[in-house]
Amino acid sequence: MKRIAAAALGLGLAFSSPAMAEPLKIGMITTLSGGGAGLGIDIRDGFLLAIKQSGNKDIKVIVEDDAQKPELAVQIADKMVQSEKVDILTGIVWSNLAMAVVPGVVGQGTFYLSTNAGPSALAGAKCNPNYFNVAYQNDNLHEAMGNYTNTINYKKTFILAPNYPAGTDALTGFKRFYKGALAGEVYTKVGQTDYATEIAQIRASGADSVYFFLPGGMGIAFMKQYSQSGISTPVMGPGFSFDQDVLGAVGDAAIGVKNSSHWSKDLDNAANKKYVAAFKAEYNRLPSLYATQGYDTANLILSAAAKASVKDKDAFRAALKEAKFDSVRGKFKFGNNNHPIQDIYVREVIKEDGVLTNKIIATSFTDHQDAYAKDCKM
Amino acid sequence: MSSALLIEQVLNGLQFGVMLFLMAAGLTLIFGVMGVINLAHGSLYMVGAFACAAVAAYTGSFWLGLVASLAAAAAAGAIVEVTVIRRLYSRDHLDQVLATFALILIFSEGTRWVFGSFPLYLDIPPVLQGAVSLPGGAQYQLYRLAIIAAGLVVAIGLYLLISRTRLGMRIRAGESDREMIGALGVDIASLNTIVFALGAALAGLAGALVGALQSVQVGMGEPVLILAFVVIVIGGIGSIKGALIGAILVGVVDTMGRFLLPQLLTLFMEPSQAATAGAAIASMLIYIVMAFILAVRPKGLFAVNA
Amino acid sequence: MANREKLINTALALLLPALALAAYGMGEPFYVTLATRIAILALAAAGLNLALGLGGLVSFGHAAFFGIGGYMAGIFATHAFNQTPLFTWPIEIAATDQMPVIWLVSAGVAALVALPIGLISLRTSGVYFIMITLAFAQMIYYFAISWPAYGGEDGLSITMRNGFPGVNTLDPLNYFLIAYGLLLLVLFIFTRIRDSRFGAALQAARQNEVRVASIGIRPLRIRLAAFVISAMITAVAGALFADLNRFVGPSMLSWNMSGELIVLIILGGTGRLFGPVAGAILFVLFEFALGGLTEHWQLFLGLILLGVVLFVRGGLIGLLAGKVHHG
Repeated sequence: MKRIAAAALGLGLAFSSPAMAEPLKIGMITTLSGGGAGLGIDIRDGFLLAIKQSGNKDIKVIVEDDAQKPELAVQIADKMVQSEKVDILTGIVWSNLAMAVVPGVVGQGTFYLSTNAGPSALAGAKCNPNYFNVAYQNDNLHEAMGNYTNTINYKKTFILAPNYPAGTDALTGFKRFYKGALAGEVYTKVGQTDYATEIAQIRASGADSVYFFLPGGMGIAFMKQYSQSGISTPVMGPGFSFDQDVLGAVGDAAIGVKNSSHWSKDLDNAANKKYVAAFKAEYNRLPSLYATQGYDTANLILSAAAKASVKDKDAFRAALKEAKFDSVRGKFKFGNNNHPIQDIYVREVIKEDGVLTNKIIATSFTDHQDAYAKDCKM
Repeated sequence: MSSALLIEQVLNGLQFGVMLFLMAAGLTLIFGVMGVINLAHGSLYMVGAFACAAVAAYTGSFWLGLVASLAAAAAAGAIVEVTVIRRLYSRDHLDQVLATFALILIFSEGTRWVFGSFPLYLDIPPVLQGAVSLPGGAQYQLYRLAIIAAGLVVAIGLYLLISRTRLGMRIRAGESDREMIGALGVDIASLNTIVFALGAALAGLAGALVGALQSVQVGMGEPVLILAFVVIVIGGIGSIKGALIGAILVGVVDTMGRFLLPQLLTLFMEPSQAATAGAAIASMLIYIVMAFILAVRPKGLFAVNA
Repeated sequence: MANREKLINTALALLLPALALAAYGMGEPFYVTLATRIAILALAAAGLNLALGLGGLVSFGHAAFFGIGGYMAGIFATHAFNQTPLFTWPIEIAATDQMPVIWLVSAGVAALVALPIGLISLRTSGVYFIMITLAFAQMIYYFAISWPAYGGEDGLSITMRNGFPGVNTLDPLNYFLIAYGLLLLVLFIFTRIRDSRFGAALQAARQNEVRVASIGIRPLRIRLAAFVISAMITAVAGALFADLNRFVGPSMLSWNMSGELIVLIILGGTGRLFGPVAGAILFVLFEFALGGLTEHWQLFLGLILLGVVLFVRGGLIGLLAGKVHHG
C-alpha cells in the first residue's frame, strides 16, 4: 500500500499526543518508480522516520509516486490539494517537476516545503510566502566548490555539465566564486552515458582540476570512465554525486574525490548522531543527503505544528519561518526568500569499514545565502 | 588540435559505434526474419547488464557475469518470444509497437522490484583495467579497445553464421520468404525462438560490456534503443552489413559532432554560448543525418528486398 | 452491430460530462480536472487517429505536435503575463492570452512543422515510417531541452491560465466544457472527413495502394494532407493540456508521450470514432487507480496493456460493438 498513514507507525496513544491535537495532513509527491526512484525513496524514508520518532498521532502523511513525470505530478498535486485537502505538500526531487507543481500549489494557499529541488526562479522573482526550501538553492553547492577551489590554488579548472538549465546554472554558480582561468567549459547531452569524448578533451586541455555537475547515472558513468582513462587530474563535484545512494555504484573510483555539501554523516552534533544511528537501525543502510533533507523537513513541520495550528495560516507560516528545530545540519535558518542560510562544507570520499562514505575536510561557506534572494520582494 | 586527440576521438566514435552494432544487429535480425518491431530490445540490454552486475558481485568474476548476461538475456528473449511475440507475427506493426511498449514497462518495473531502486556496481575486470599508449602519444583506455575488438569478433561471427551454417541458411531463407521455408519442412517456430534469443543475447552482451563503463540502472536501455533504431533505419532494416556500417556512422558522427561543433562555433560567438549552442546542435545531429539519408534513400543504405 | 456502436458512442459522449457535472456538484473539483484531462488526451488521440486509424500511418512522433501546441500556450501565456512582445523583428507582435488565437497559432505552427516531416517520412512506409517519425520527434525534443529561452528542461510554468472570450477559464467546469466542446467538434470533423471522398481515398490507400494509384489518385498527397491535419488537431490538444497543467516542458515531446497516444487509440479501438475517448477514459483511470495502490503500478499497467493487445483485438469498442464494417 502506497498510502502510508504515518500515524499508525507511532508508538503509544497516551504518551504521544502533545497539547495541540489539531490534525495535520501532509501530501508527499515523490519519485518512487523508474531510474530516479532511489532519490525519492530516500526522501520518503527520512521524512517518515522523523514523523515516527515524534510519535505525533495527529499527523497523516499520504505518499504518491510521480514517476518523474511533470504532468503526473501536477495531477497528483491537484488531487491532494482539492480532493484530499492536504495542508502541506512536499517531497518533489526534480527542479522541472517543482516548477510545474509549486506555483499552482502555493497559489491555492497550500504550503509547499521543498525536500530537494531549488530552482532559481522560486528563490528570486517567483518567491512565495507559502513556499519554503528546506534543502538548498540549486547553485549553492557549485558556488561552494568554486570558492573552495580558490583556497587550494587550482588555477586551471575544466568544467562540464549537461546542456539544460540546471547545468548552465551549476556552472554559472561555480564561476560566480571561482577566480582562476577555465581550461575548458563543456556542455554534454542530457542523459548521456558515455564521456569518452569529453575525457579526451580534458586530457588535451592541460587542466589542473576538473569540476563536474552530472546528476544521477550520468555522474556514475563519468566517474567510472574517468578513473579508467589514465588521467590523474583531480576531480571535484557537488555532494549529491558522491552521496550514499550513488557511491556504491561508482565504486573505489570515488575515493579521495572532494565534494561540497550542506550536510555530512560525520557532522558533530547530537541531532545528527541520533539521526544517523536511527536511520541505520530502521532501514539497514546509511542515510543520504536526500534522506537527510526529508528528515529535516519533517522535523521543521513538527516544530511548527507544536506552536501553531495549520488552520491559522499566518501563525503556522511564522512558525515555519522561525525554523526552531534540531536540524541535523547543526544550525539552520531561513533568509528573506524562505531559502536556507547555512554552512556549506567540503567533504572527501573515504572507505570506512569497507563502505564508501564521506568525511568533512573544510568549511567553504559560513551562513551562506543564495544569489537570488535580492530579487525576491519578501 | 593535436593528432593524438583526433585519433582518440575517432576511436571513441568507433567504440560507440561497435556498441550500437551489438544492439542493432539483434534488432535488424529479428525484423528481417520475423518482421517484428521490438521496442523491448532495450530492456534485454538492461537485463544483460543487471545479470552481469549481480553475478559479478556474487562470484567476484566479471567473466562469469558476462556468461550470465548472455544466458539471462537469451532466456528472457526466448520467454518473450514464446509467450508474446509469437502471437504477433500475423498482426500489423501497430500491435507490435503496443505489445513491446507494454513489455518495457513490465521489464523496467520488474527489474526494480527484484534489484531495488539504487544503481548497481559493475567494474572492469582487472586484466582490462587502465590505459595503453597508442602510436602518436595518445593514451587510450584498454577496456574500450577490448569492446571494439569484441564487437568486430561478433560481426565476423555473425557473418560466418549467416553465410556458412545451416542455421544461417534458414535465416536467409526466412528473410526472403517465410511461407516457403515452412512448406519446405523447416520448423519455423523454433527458428524464430532461436533468432530472437540470439538477438537478445547480443543486446545482453552489449548491456554487460557497457555496464562496466557506466551505471547499471533501470531505464538504461531506452536511450540506446532509440539510437539502435536510427542505426538500422539508416543501414536498411534486415541487413547486418547495413547495421554495422550504420552503427559506425552514427557512432563517429555523434562523437565528432560533440567534439567539433562547439569548437567550430567559437569562431562565431563567445565560448560559453558556443559551448551550449554546439551541444544543442550535436544532440540533434544524428537525427538530421538520418533524415538526409532517408530523404535520398527511403529504404536505408543497404535495403534488403527493396 | 453498427447500431450498437452508436449506442456505445452516445454513452461515452454522455459519460464524461456526467462525471464532470457530478463531481462539480459534490464539490470535488479534482474529478472535474480528471475528466478534463481525459477529454484533452482523447482530443490528441483523435487527431492521431485520423492518420493512424484511417490512413494506417503509424506515427511514433505525434508528441512533437502535442508539445508544439503546449509550448505555444506556454510562450503566449508567459509573454502576455509579462506584457512583453512575442517578436520585435521584423515587426513587433504582441502576445495574447486568448485561447482561440493560441489554438490557431498552435495548429498553424504544427502544420508548418508537419509538412516537411510528412514530405520526408511519407516517402517511406511500414517500420521506416514509424522510426523516422520517432527520430523527428526526438530532434525536436532535444532542441526543446537545450533551448534556454523558454526554460529548457525545466519547462515553462503558466502563471495565469489563458482566457476564452466571455468565459472564466479558471473555473474547472468551464474549462472542462471548453475541452469537451472541442472534442465533440473534432469528432464531428472526423466523421465528415471519414465519409468524404478524401476520407474514402485515404482509407483505400491504406488497404490497397496500387489500386488507388491506378485510378489516378496520388496516395502521397492524400496521406500528407491527413498527416498535417492530424498534427494540427493534436497540437490544439497540446495547447489545452499545457493550460490544464499550468505547465509545459520537454516531457510533452518525449517518445513516451508518442507511445501513450498510440496506446490510447489501441485501448479504445483503432480507427473507431470514439476509440480515442474510450482509450483515454481507460488509460487515465488505470493510471489514477493503480498509482494509488502500489509503488509498482507501472508493472501492472504493462500487464494490462499486454493483455489488451493479445486478447482483446479491436480495443474496448471492438469488444463491445464487434468488428468494423467497411463500406
